[in-house]
Amino acid sequence: MYQVGNLVKELSDKHGRARESLMPILQGIVEKHNYLTDEAMVEVARELDISAAEVYGTASFYTFLDTSVRGKYVIRVCKTITCSMKGKAEIIQTLEDMLKIKVGETTSDKMFSIVETNCIGWCHKAPAILINEIPYTELTPEKVVEVIKGYMQKKIITGTHGEKRAK
Amino acid sequence: MIKLTINDQSISVPAGTTVLAAAKKLNINIPTLCNHPDLCVAGICRVCVVEQTGARTLIASCAMPVSEGMDIHTNTLKVRNARRHIVELLLSEHRSDCTKCYKNQKCELQALANEYAFGDTVFLSLVEDHKYNIDRSSPSFIKDDSKCIHCQRCVRTCAELQSVSAIAVANKGAHQKISSFLDRPMSHVVCTNCGQCVNRCPTGALVEKTYIDQVWDAIYDPEKHVVVQTAPAVRVALGEDLGYDPGERVTGKMVTALRQLGFDSVLDTDFTADLTIMEEGTELLTRLKKILVDGNKELALPMFTSCSPGWIKFIEHKYPEFLSNLSTCKSPQQMFGALAKTYYAQKRKIDPAKIVSVSIMPCTAKKYEADRPEMRASGFKDIDYVLTTRELAVMIKQAGLDFRSLESSNYDSIMGDSTGAGVIFGATGGVMEAALRTAYEIVTGREIPFKNLNITPVRGMDGVKEATVKIEGCTDDWKFLEGAELKVAIAHGLVNANKLMKEVRAGKSPYHFIEIMACPGGCIGGGGQPIPTSMEIRKNRMKAIYAEDEHMVLRKSHENPDVIAIYKEFLGKPNSHVSHELLHTHYTERDSY
Amino acid sequence: MGKKGLSKVDLIFEKVDPKEVLTKAFKMTSDGIIKEMLDSGLKGRGGAGFPTGLKWKYTAAEKEPVKYIVCNADEGEPGTFKDREILDKVSYKVYGGMAIAGKAIGARNGIVYLRGEYRFLLPQLMKELESFHKMISEIGYDFKINYCLGSGAYICGEESALFESVEGFRGEPRNKPPYPTTSGVFGKPTSINNVETLVTTMMIIKHGAAKFTELGTKDSRGSKVFSVSGDTPTPGIFELELGMTVQEFVNEFGDGDTKAVQVGGASGFCVPRKKFQNTIIGFEGVPTGGSMKLFNSSRSMYNVLHNYLDFFVEESCGQCTPCRVGCQQLLKGVEKVKKGEVKSTYLNELIKLADTMKIASKCGLGQSVGNAFRTIVENFREEIIY
Repeated sequence: MYQVGNLVKELSDKHGRARESLMPILQGIVEKHNYLTDEAMVEVARELDISAAEVYGTASFYTFLDTSVRGKYVIRVCKTITCSMKGKAEIIQTLEDMLKIKVGETTSDKMFSIVETNCIGWCHKAPAILINEIPYTELTPEKVVEVIKGYMQKKIITGTHGEKRAK
Repeated sequence: MIKLTINDQSISVPAGTTVLAAAKKLNINIPTLCNHPDLCVAGICRVCVVEQTGARTLIASCAMPVSEGMDIHTNTLKVRNARRHIVELLLSEHRSDCTKCYKNQKCELQALANEYAFGDTVFLSLVEDHKYNIDRSSPSFIKDDSKCIHCQRCVRTCAELQSVSAIAVANKGAHQKISSFLDRPMSHVVCTNCGQCVNRCPTGALVEKTYIDQVWDAIYDPEKHVVVQTAPAVRVALGEDLGYDPGERVTGKMVTALRQLGFDSVLDTDFTADLTIMEEGTELLTRLKKILVDGNKELALPMFTSCSPGWIKFIEHKYPEFLSNLSTCKSPQQMFGALAKTYYAQKRKIDPAKIVSVSIMPCTAKKYEADRPEMRASGFKDIDYVLTTRELAVMIKQAGLDFRSLESSNYDSIMGDSTGAGVIFGATGGVMEAALRTAYEIVTGREIPFKNLNITPVRGMDGVKEATVKIEGCTDDWKFLEGAELKVAIAHGLVNANKLMKEVRAGKSPYHFIEIMACPGGCIGGGGQPIPTSMEIRKNRMKAIYAEDEHMVLRKSHENPDVIAIYKEFLGKPNSHVSHELLHTHYTERDSY
Repeated sequence: MGKKGLSKVDLIFEKVDPKEVLTKAFKMTSDGIIKEMLDSGLKGRGGAGFPTGLKWKYTAAEKEPVKYIVCNADEGEPGTFKDREILDKVSYKVYGGMAIAGKAIGARNGIVYLRGEYRFLLPQLMKELESFHKMISEIGYDFKINYCLGSGAYICGEESALFESVEGFRGEPRNKPPYPTTSGVFGKPTSINNVETLVTTMMIIKHGAAKFTELGTKDSRGSKVFSVSGDTPTPGIFELELGMTVQEFVNEFGDGDTKAVQVGGASGFCVPRKKFQNTIIGFEGVPTGGSMKLFNSSRSMYNVLHNYLDFFVEESCGQCTPCRVGCQQLLKGVEKVKKGEVKSTYLNELIKLADTMKIASKCGLGQSVGNAFRTIVENFREEIIY
């Protein structure tokens, strides 16, 4: 487990403790630790001198600021119309079969979560997903298997835009 | 001035006035829900939409400032249809069990439905689609999400008036809801139980937890001796729930009503308010002496009052490092509770196990306070049930009493006597004024030099008030205070308390003694008082409190004959060993979320 | 018929020397820049189509010493992805547009609000921003841009919701007035412009308003970047002159079986085949922020509508009644009609509800849910029912 207090303090020092620092701080926590734990939100509330309900209320407004458990790799499958027309269902099915979890769940080794998300701006290359921030597009079930396998084997998997993941 | 027309009537109003306010000046009623006179504008329920000639959409009159030449119509077909839709939409996500609802006939949504949405339901019910939660965890109130119409009055109340934000808006879209931190039970978050949200909830989503049935059971139980105490602020507000205008005093009728309801003894919290002054005044003077003369480093100044249970929970959560600054005095309610099952029981020769102690309070936090584990000094639960002013009004109606025609009567004896000093506990600044009336006299042997004992600097509705009292001509015991300037401050509404506390924390607070009440206006604006509330209503209640004081023969706590008697017969002297056992308490640090 | 037909343009992605354009702009007066924008007839490219020159004029007129120029890069409208491409390819022109706007309104600070979904672009954008800051300081001009990152909330594309988000709150739209030009981000006068708009302003400065007005129609000047997707053999990003009809568009991008085009995304309008000929894409017909989705006859318009409503049910901020509850009612209503659990005439009630949402919702989101609803239900009623 990470020292949430230290991270929050570090992020608060970096972004400041005014209200407008809340989003960057929460984003920073999610970037490092996949989701916002209860403890992290309490720490943020303390640093910024706002109520924990306010922190939770703000975080829960934003889809990417997850407040429930998420794995190291959050797979966001676009479900909006074009991706939906072009095979989103098969992509989800493939992911669910491969990872043995349902949408909204996280693998027991805390490596992967599958969630659905609204339009991510790749309609011309549907269907599309994001793995953390990296987009993968024009997917087929075969291609998805390849990408996820790559992540599992800690290989370099280049996203649509050229960003690489080597973990 | 800005000139505009509303429903073809011309009016000029100052710039910045809303269309809603301008319409009101013309006696044109526009329905509202999310709007509340104590809170900032939200513009979210959309019930107040009106038509502006030339505008693409309807406008929310509560949020729209007037502009020159504006032409407004409040009752067109377009407006009526939109309003009907909006009310129908609210009803479609609201669990409308009106006949069983505690807010039946006091519900603003129900009133609007009656006006705009009677007849066939237009839309499908969404109630089953939502997994609504009903939170009964707090001893003070119930949060029933199935009744919530998302007007956010509660959220704004908790943030703007109380600076607590125990609840906030969470999630978005269809899942948007009013939530505590992670939707935890209200008993497990920073909520102070002040009930200000309850006062402002338009529906049954936030209501006090009621103990009316339990009290009736006790009354009808021949084995039980049921005593009731009434807080100072109840008598100036109860009337509002029984057809009187705000600010009408109904003390005598209330006492009669309580007797007719079947309480065995009708007593007055004012008595223990006076007792509080003796204990707390002595505590303050002793603290000053120990710090100023004896050089005690452990005791702290400023000393804070401790009568307001909402404030106590607030400081326990938010400023626990200052718990030693709190007076150790219990609140008048709890002093009364501890004495009812000891002193009173002995005097009346009643087995304390058979006493049921009920208090009528303007407050929801008092329900929580009575449940605190430390409040069992008598060997029993000191206060068995706390009812709000509103619940008492319900009982009076249930009993079929014609309140207006009741004769006035007086409180019973033993813990029924009071002074004007006890009465003014009900308004912000009242505890301070009562304390000063007594403390000054203890120290100097003379009355405090204010005309008619009215210490006006500590009165009124300013959020933070302060005063300096120069102490001159001290008696021998108090010579060390000669020439000293006692600096005091008063805050009401936790947002103001928070301001003072920030100064204290920053080491910038010059005060010796600070009175804090959790609710706006003090107890007269308490979370258990009749609904609706507004500054105007609270001011009327406040006026009534001071009128009650002026009408009392005795106006200083130390002159209360029951108080003199109890020290002589039972307690010894203020801050005695017995006092400490029964009338003083301690506090608990709590989580800050 | 469209006056112009379909013609491709290369303005937005055209390579320019930013230093040269900005040097020219900084030599102009504030009034001069604003006049150029007014003369160009440029309307905002985010979808709402407010005249850019007017927005700048109002903001410039405010006396407040601190003002902001905000770039709205919260491109969330389903079917729109052109801002991503613009930022990816020519971010220096976005920054340049912001600096020009800053000069026009008297702002020294710019904020780019980038949607969280585009976070992968950020390292590259920051690098390019660094070069930009260096370049304008070489010109001797004081202007600083910061990034704010969204976290997945469609509504934050609404200007006042975006401000709330920048300030660290839930992205809930504010009451208007006051408008952003008077009280925007941090309560200061703010001009908030779409990514593409800002690039266009830079190109107007470069080429002059007169050249710009040669393109497009009276109501819709210039060209526009379109995001084309759905049932098309050539999905992608295309810059086209404004003024074409939907038919002309379909002729170019359709797959020969196009039955409907959704213009302007989920909050836009559905144009059925029978109206292709007579519908102009632009402010005189169907306005769009660039989203163009084609549907062929294999698609169920019920599914399309259901998908859009699902989207709004989730993405409504939830504060105002018509939008929060209305969206749920529309969705549940069409589901029940489809299942035959309520009469098909219930659709008429739902259309009335959509009309109420249009006039009674607090912000543009709720006000525009009815666009897709009405145009799909009216044109494809049988597909909704059966």
